[in-house]
Amino acid sequence: MELVLDNKVLEFVSDFKKPETISKVRKQALDALTGMDFPTTRVEEWKYTRVAKYVKRKYKQTQASTNIEEYAIADLNAHQLVFVNGYYDESLSTILDDDAVSVQKIDELDEEYYSDLVDGTEENVFSLINKAYQTGGVFIQIKKNKKANHPIHMIHVLEGEEVIANARHFVLAENGSKSEVIATFHSKNSANSFTNVVLEGHVESNASLTINKLQTEAKDVLHISNELFVQDESSNFLINTITTGAQLTRNGLDVIVEGENCHTEMNGAYLGTENQHMDNHTLIDQLYSNCTSSESYKGVMDGKSVGVFNGKVIVRQDAQKIAAYQSNKNILLSKTASVNSKPELEIYADDVRCSHGSTIGELDQEAIYYLRSRGISAASAKQLLVAGFIGDILDKVENEALRADIDELFLNDFGWKF
Amino acid sequence: MSNTYTEEDLARNLEVQEYKYGFTSDFKSDTIPVGLDEDVIRLISSKKEEPEWLLEKRLQAYRAWTTMKEPDWAHVNYEKPDFQAISYYSAPGQTKKYESWDDVDPEMKETMKKLGISMEEQQRLTGTAVDFVVDSVSVATSFKKKLGELGIIFCSFSEAVENHPELVKKYMGTVVPHTDNFYAALNSAVFTDGSFCYIPKGVRCPMELSTYFRINEGGTGQFERTLVVADEGSYVSYLEGCTAPMRDENQLHAAVVELIALDDAEIKYSTVQNWYPGNKDGVGGVFNFVTKRGLCERNAKISWTQVETGSAVTWKYPSCVLKGDNSIGEFYSVAVTNNFQQADTGSKMVHLGKNTSSTIISKGISAGESQNTYRGLVQIHAGAENARNRSECDSLLLSDRSGAHTFPYIECKNSSARVEHEATTSKIGEDQIFYCQQRGIDSEKAIGLIVNGYCKEVLNHMPMEFAVEAQKLLEISLENSVG
Repeated sequence: MELVLDNKVLEFVSDFKKPETISKVRKQALDALTGMDFPTTRVEEWKYTRVAKYVKRKYKQTQASTNIEEYAIADLNAHQLVFVNGYYDESLSTILDDDAVSVQKIDELDEEYYSDLVDGTEENVFSLINKAYQTGGVFIQIKKNKKANHPIHMIHVLEGEEVIANARHFVLAENGSKSEVIATFHSKNSANSFTNVVLEGHVESNASLTINKLQTEAKDVLHISNELFVQDESSNFLINTITTGAQLTRNGLDVIVEGENCHTEMNGAYLGTENQHMDNHTLIDQLYSNCTSSESYKGVMDGKSVGVFNGKVIVRQDAQKIAAYQSNKNILLSKTASVNSKPELEIYADDVRCSHGSTIGELDQEAIYYLRSRGISAASAKQLLVAGFIGDILDKVENEALRADIDELFLNDFGWKF
Repeated sequence: MSNTYTEEDLARNLEVQEYKYGFTSDFKSDTIPVGLDEDVIRLISSKKEEPEWLLEKRLQAYRAWTTMKEPDWAHVNYEKPDFQAISYYSAPGQTKKYESWDDVDPEMKETMKKLGISMEEQQRLTGTAVDFVVDSVSVATSFKKKLGELGIIFCSFSEAVENHPELVKKYMGTVVPHTDNFYAALNSAVFTDGSFCYIPKGVRCPMELSTYFRINEGGTGQFERTLVVADEGSYVSYLEGCTAPMRDENQLHAAVVELIALDDAEIKYSTVQNWYPGNKDGVGGVFNFVTKRGLCERNAKISWTQVETGSAVTWKYPSCVLKGDNSIGEFYSVAVTNNFQQADTGSKMVHLGKNTSSTIISKGISAGESQNTYRGLVQIHAGAENARNRSECDSLLLSDRSGAHTFPYIECKNSSARVEHEATTSKIGEDQIFYCQQRGIDSEKAIGLIVNGYCKEVLNHMPMEFAVEAQKLLEISLENSVG
């Protein structure tokens, strides 16, 4: 029987495989997808990011194998979880001896438990596609009152042409635990592929979770990631997002703070060249009193690249004594680069200290002149200034092995030394 | 007042503060039946004895309007007005024109007195020419002669259509086209009157020009249209102030203001807006949906200053299109919301020319259960070399039920541009009040002091005569707290 498909979303997913037994979570997502459409620039949340061109393509779900040696980070000494085209590759993964961490396949998780955790979260069409057609992922659990002995490194690789990677993860940081997750995204021999990843997490009371995300995919990849974290009382959550890859990147990051005395920190650095489009959308929703949050995103845009920042802080009624800070700073290195910035504050409580700032400009000519008059070449002067600008975001990455890896990346890709 | 006056007391005072200017003048109005269709527009046009081209413009706008949807992106919540339940024309019963001040209806004089702006006093003391608009028809114009000598045209919109059709035809709708937005289209279709001002080349207008708008007839929408044209090298300072009588039903006010500053000209446009905000339970109040925009040619400057204390719902974004090189746009605003008022206001600065610069200073004060939103757009186009923008948006919260929101949009397509935006939201710092109290200033005075200082940056940009009134308004809004 042939179905007439006038719905773009249904057409987009028509070739995707579904598992034989459809879980309740998937079923819900599948149902929600009917009647949904891809966002156009008329949708406020997607005002500056056009996805139409990419969602017209047909992507394949294909399992592949790859060589991950080049993606392992030297001296990191981490649990290594590998995902190729969105499929969890256990043979390439190594889980070290650590009584604080348990890793399970997301499909093997007790369904009731999982659906309860993700209940009530707001989803967009991409996270729903991920939910309905996810091809694997892990459920990482950091045990109560334990500190993980090793960081957890999730390596995502795209391999092959026009593939879609629908990985879906969940990090549960139990009461009083402390851990660090590193998520890296790469592509190899890949053309016009699509990373559609979802990372969710729950930071329970007194727990502390750090996430470092590094995305260096090829410049023809569509990268859409949806991240959602819920924080309980007295928890600590830090996420650093560093983006240099992909043709179009959309990092959606929502943090819902559901308890008092929490601290949330979001940092981001994005460096665009050529025709890259980098969109960072963040939300911090403060529902309880006595919380602090700090957000700092910095962008350096070269070539014809476009940077987008949309950060929102909501302070709900009766969430008193909130201190929220938000900043977005951008440097335009070329005449054809552009930036759209939209920092938002939505405040419904009075005893708060919230501020935000946003700047867009070029490198200070006087500073360049100062350096040049001391015998530093124009290129080095520029590099020094950019390094100084973006450096304070990279400094938020406390893991030394990872930091060294990032420095190397910047040296190789941009010729910048820190 | 005891020394224990706290912020909570201030908030409570604000809550019970009823509208001071609620009264209704009782003179005959010529009102047409409710509803809107092409026939109503023809009727308005014929009643106003308008030329064919203007009717054509109205009809064009009406047809565009019928295809448009009421915008709902603003951070406001209200029952959409029924546009078929509004009467679109209302003029005071008397049609004869006044020759001198003495001919003016005594009751109208009384109205002005209650507003606190006696025209005699204004004429004598401030040298301000007042074009007083009661329900859409301009009834008194003063200082016309003096302005006439300089070639300045300052009259009601209808008179301008009659006497200077070439100017109106040339400039009307060039900054705010009838297709611009829902309310601008509605206004372009049904506007009843308004003000027109033209400053000839190289003339510096010797006095502040001002118009007072009032909504008077219950159930009549007010659709004013203002057009200010400053020819090359000229300067004008224009004042607009509003107070409205108390009404229980929501009244719609959809005005359009167009400013055109040609090469080297400067326009300063100041507004005090105090329409009826509804009572303390949020019943009634004016819907204020205004489209204000100015166009700057080369080396021109447009400066918007506003003090917003009234209206139940405000939707207003005075904007500058900086088309010419070296042009300057400025926006200074104080917005006070109380009880259930909602304001979504801010500014748009569109940088097209080289070396253009703009400044946005916005101060929001929310009390009661009101919602105060700043929404702004700074757009630097690719050709706007060396453009500069600085935006500062501060919000002060006086109650734990009120909200303050900031939604700035910054779009930059030129690397030589420099754009800065910053915003803060907080309540009055207890340490600040404590600091004042230590120095023998009671908390009530301290709050007044802090609020005054907070707004000073904006009030300083108002013409002196107007700043006094604006301050008075703020005082009323913050009564019992400002010393």
